[in-house]
Amino acid sequence: MSDPSRVRRTGRPRANLGSYVVLGLLFLVVCFPVYYGLVGSLMGERDTNSFPPALWPVSGLHPENYGDALRIIPLGSQYLTSVLQTAAITVGQLVTSALAAYAFVFLPLRWRAFWFGLFLSTMMIPFESIIIPNYLLISSLGLKDTIAGLALPFLATGFGTFLLRQSFLSFPVELRDAARVDGAGHVRFLCSILVPLSRPSLAALGIWSALSAWNMYFWPLLATEDPRHQTIQIGISQLQTSDSDSPGMVLAGVMLALFPTLLLVVFGQRFIVRGLTAGAVK
Amino acid sequence: MTVPATGAGSALRRHGLAAFAYLLPALVVFGVFVFWPLVKSVVLSVQGTDILGDPSGWVGLVNYGKLFNDPDFAKVLWVTFGFTVLTVVPSIAIALLAALLLQGRIRGIRFFRTAFALPFAFSVATASVIFGVLYNPASGVLNGMLSHVGVDKVHWLTDPDLALFSVSGATVWMEIGYNLLVLSAGLGALPEDVLEAARLDGAHGWRLQRSIVMPLITPQLFFLVVVGTIHSLQSFGQIKILTVGGPEGRTTTLVYSIYEQAFANNNSNYGYASAQAMVLLLVVLVITALQFGVLERKVFYR
Repeated sequence: MSDPSRVRRTGRPRANLGSYVVLGLLFLVVCFPVYYGLVGSLMGERDTNSFPPALWPVSGLHPENYGDALRIIPLGSQYLTSVLQTAAITVGQLVTSALAAYAFVFLPLRWRAFWFGLFLSTMMIPFESIIIPNYLLISSLGLKDTIAGLALPFLATGFGTFLLRQSFLSFPVELRDAARVDGAGHVRFLCSILVPLSRPSLAALGIWSALSAWNMYFWPLLATEDPRHQTIQIGISQLQTSDSDSPGMVLAGVMLALFPTLLLVVFGQRFIVRGLTAGAVK
Repeated sequence: MTVPATGAGSALRRHGLAAFAYLLPALVVFGVFVFWPLVKSVVLSVQGTDILGDPSGWVGLVNYGKLFNDPDFAKVLWVTFGFTVLTVVPSIAIALLAALLLQGRIRGIRFFRTAFALPFAFSVATASVIFGVLYNPASGVLNGMLSHVGVDKVHWLTDPDLALFSVSGATVWMEIGYNLLVLSAGLGALPEDVLEAARLDGAHGWRLQRSIVMPLITPQLFFLVVVGTIHSLQSFGQIKILTVGGPEGRTTTLVYSIYEQAFANNNSNYGYASAQAMVLLLVVLVITALQFGVLERKVFYR
């Protein structure tokens, strides 16, 4: 493939034309849905409903699609629901995981291996296989259509505990002993020394929790009925069925739902990679 | 790892309790929303369901017997298998191709990397809705493009022979970003001295990739096969949004079938759905066990 004479002693071979062609094709396939989502959200019905449909806004831009999306589904209150649900799950997972990981690493714990195994075992149970009893429980508690109902089942995570435990394990023992000599108790050590020094791992867990909470679909579909209390993910999927004559408006709703996670992925990529292979979580 | 407890025995016991208190918040959540539902699922699966959706008492293994004599359920398992193969294999192959190409010295490499990671930001709902628009037979862009080369309108989501492929295609797109991030991280961590030694020995291009790079990233590939399979088995949103399990049940996977029995059209068939949920749990546990036990030993670790 690559010409040996062009390989420097150190460093990788230079890519040839074939590589660029294949990469270009892959780029087109991967980015076209993104492109069409964005551009389509600004196209009018004259462009989207003709055949063959336009690939760019021939008849001008239609930003009013966004207003229509906000009006037809109660997107404003759905946005708020999604934000509150995501915040509750993210904070909850950070707190419960940090506390548990602290006990696993720094405290004398009876049956440590058993408890740790129990935490890890939760990662092997697909939520879909226990979703029926969870639904029955949440409805019998009268928690349908509430933030509590949306968030409660996800306030702890084996993955997060595992991730933070790995991070705490690499914490220098000398620093911990020094803090103890200075009279810092467990709570103070955890809050004012360990947590600030473990920010990269906490950020990784926080971003993973937020991404998966914001993007959830199956559970919010069951746990809510009233459109005003549904999350934005459910909202946009029903936008599609309620008005398929206006793809521009549907795609505008998609873009609104996508905006926060797009920011997280573009600016938080290094934290995402940190959590990537730590556990089978997506 | 453990810090030995200092102080007297009473302090140790006090600390033992204190340590447990730190586990308690997570344990309560797991107990109420994971372990208790697990027990409840087993209990539900051996109960019938009355017309109001309440458990109607012990029926033993009737639900399981029904499962394995139900031709519809055999079809569900077959569709689930097909969907898993059609999503896991292409999504890893495409991501591997892109990751290997991005290892070379490429102009604009950061641009490509960010572009290929974009699908990762999409939720199952956002991606499925976009693909629903693209697949639209009357006004979708896909048929629009095909019309230029004289292909008649394709019914991507309602043609029984095509629907599973269309849903799988959308799913492959959703998985590429994650797979690429994992493989790029693995390739980025390859020992440069080994690659350099191979190059000095005359291994280049395809030979270098096949004989040196591929064996070194088998742990990542293996990880992706396992995680991808489990994730495929759990897929739900794209099927609900794009095909609602149809046409003729051709896209009704195991999880969609659980949803259909338990929740769609007020079916409330919790007993039968729970038996199917137990099948899902068993399959995932077996795959996880395979990961830890048998296959991991055959993977090349450095």
